[in-house]
Amino acid sequence: MNLETIKSEIEANVPGCRLEMVANPSPSGQHSLLLDGEHAVDVAVFLRDASGLRFDFCSNVTGIDWPGKEVAEKVKVRKLVDGIEQEVDELRKTTLHGTLEVVYHLYSVEMKHGPITLRMRTEDRDTGVHLPSLTPVWRSAEFQEREIFDLFGVVFDGHPDLRRLLMWPDFVDHPMRRDYVDPDDYEYEPTAHDAVLQRANQHQSEAEGR
Amino acid sequence: MSTATHPTAHFDLEPMTEPSIEQLLEISMGPQHPSTHGVFRMKVILDGEHVVRLKPVFGYLHRNHEKIAENETYLGSMPYTDRLDYMCPITNNWAYALAVEKLAGIEVPERAEYLRVITGELTRLQNHACLIGFLMQDMGASGTPLMYAFREREKILDLFEALTGARMMCNYMRFGGCRVDLPTGWLDQAKIVVADFPRFLDEYEHLLVSNEILMDRTQEVGVLSRELAVSAGISGPMARASGVDYDIRKVDHYSIYDRFNFRVPLGSHGDVYDRFMVRLLEMRESVSILQQAMRDIPGGPIVDPKMKIRGFRPKPGEAYGRIEAPKGELGFYLVSDGSPNPYRYRVRPPSLINLTVLEDLCVGQNVADIVAILGSIDIVLGEVDR
Repeated sequence: MNLETIKSEIEANVPGCRLEMVANPSPSGQHSLLLDGEHAVDVAVFLRDASGLRFDFCSNVTGIDWPGKEVAEKVKVRKLVDGIEQEVDELRKTTLHGTLEVVYHLYSVEMKHGPITLRMRTEDRDTGVHLPSLTPVWRSAEFQEREIFDLFGVVFDGHPDLRRLLMWPDFVDHPMRRDYVDPDDYEYEPTAHDAVLQRANQHQSEAEGR
Repeated sequence: MSTATHPTAHFDLEPMTEPSIEQLLEISMGPQHPSTHGVFRMKVILDGEHVVRLKPVFGYLHRNHEKIAENETYLGSMPYTDRLDYMCPITNNWAYALAVEKLAGIEVPERAEYLRVITGELTRLQNHACLIGFLMQDMGASGTPLMYAFREREKILDLFEALTGARMMCNYMRFGGCRVDLPTGWLDQAKIVVADFPRFLDEYEHLLVSNEILMDRTQEVGVLSRELAVSAGISGPMARASGVDYDIRKVDHYSIYDRFNFRVPLGSHGDVYDRFMVRLLEMRESVSILQQAMRDIPGGPIVDPKMKIRGFRPKPGEAYGRIEAPKGELGFYLVSDGSPNPYRYRVRPPSLINLTVLEDLCVGQNVADIVAILGSIDIVLGEVDR
């Protein structure tokens, strides 16, 4: 299956959708299509129903966390130094805001081909974490999207039953995020070592300081 | 005393109309219920004996396998995959090795492919035999069918122990091959075990297939339609029992499965009986694959000589690899950023996804059927909760 032809077919049939090819440099050669949230459901319905494509089996749904990072770059600026205008190097820091990515792997049971990979990205990792749910298109996304909501914190609009799946309902954070810090509520074994020993000592000193 | 003269008898014969909320009973099955195969809970709402709603509650065995693997090297996660579906450690190893091989472009030598097929199909035999035993146990055939299955499983676990050093936590696959070659005499012993297996299947079939109690308990119970099976991502024997002709061994041609002659059994009703029957028939096909593989296995290296074990860092990129595990489609999705540990490591668990249709299968059935339906789905909670 050539992803380029699928892309042009989608563009011809779903008006207004913005698709982007995401190249995969690995030997697996599984390139993916980045969808915009607005038209994602239309694209999904087209992929499922179009004859010749018939991607009726949504096998795997998962999330990836890409935290924001600071990028430092040197910029030449003209500045007044000691009364003379000079060209000076200045370190300018820009913060790239992070994103949460959701990945769908589709196969076709009817035509026995696949996989194709779809991706969607949230605006950021704090408040703009809304994405459309593809559960109305493929039932198999239901529990997997619940898991992503639970572990990554992506809110799926249009999901019939968006609750935590693996963590308990009162839990507040999202453990699969890269910046998740697990709570220091362990009962340490006396045989702690390496990172656990370091953690145990820190725990002990904090407990004594209290 | 005749019932006609009994003062309260006519109340029992009143037809049930729309039940009010007060008449419904909510019960919690699990997490320590013996039929849940581990720690799994169902909130079941009953109207008399009939199931009105059912909500599965997961997470009692959740340990965030994926996060742990992301803080570990690629090879370091290999023994941990054994613990996902602890009934079938070798197929878990295989799916992970396959995904990493796709990610890094590693070739597998021919002998290693044969070893993978032989150990993988042995895993399938013992998984299906035990599942049928558990299903009978759940439905009240106490002891005997399960012990018959365990007797056969023991022979296969002995083979695994001789080959890998462990009965269950085998840790057998490596990227680009397998960990150890066959010990002397192993293949002869395995040929005896496989040659004996059809006799056990004959015995099992003779006892169970036309058993009246079994047919009463399982036929037309927990029917899964073909459309729902495809839409809900159901895979493996459970999908094939609903008539979905989809076996990843045939579709993806991964490893060397295109060299073997085997059939894919399909069901037509999608009920518990078909799921039981498809597994029984699949075991015969596995025996056939094993006989062909053990006849044709060539000599040669068991691991790609170019593969370096230490300091393994795949180039940035991603890959999704999947195999037909005994329970269904087991997939691993890996994202590499060029560092020694995976940036993202995801397990696509067949047990969890096959379990998501539980409510659809149970609504309208009796409460005692839940146990049979759950048993026929074939779950291992180590994989459901990860």
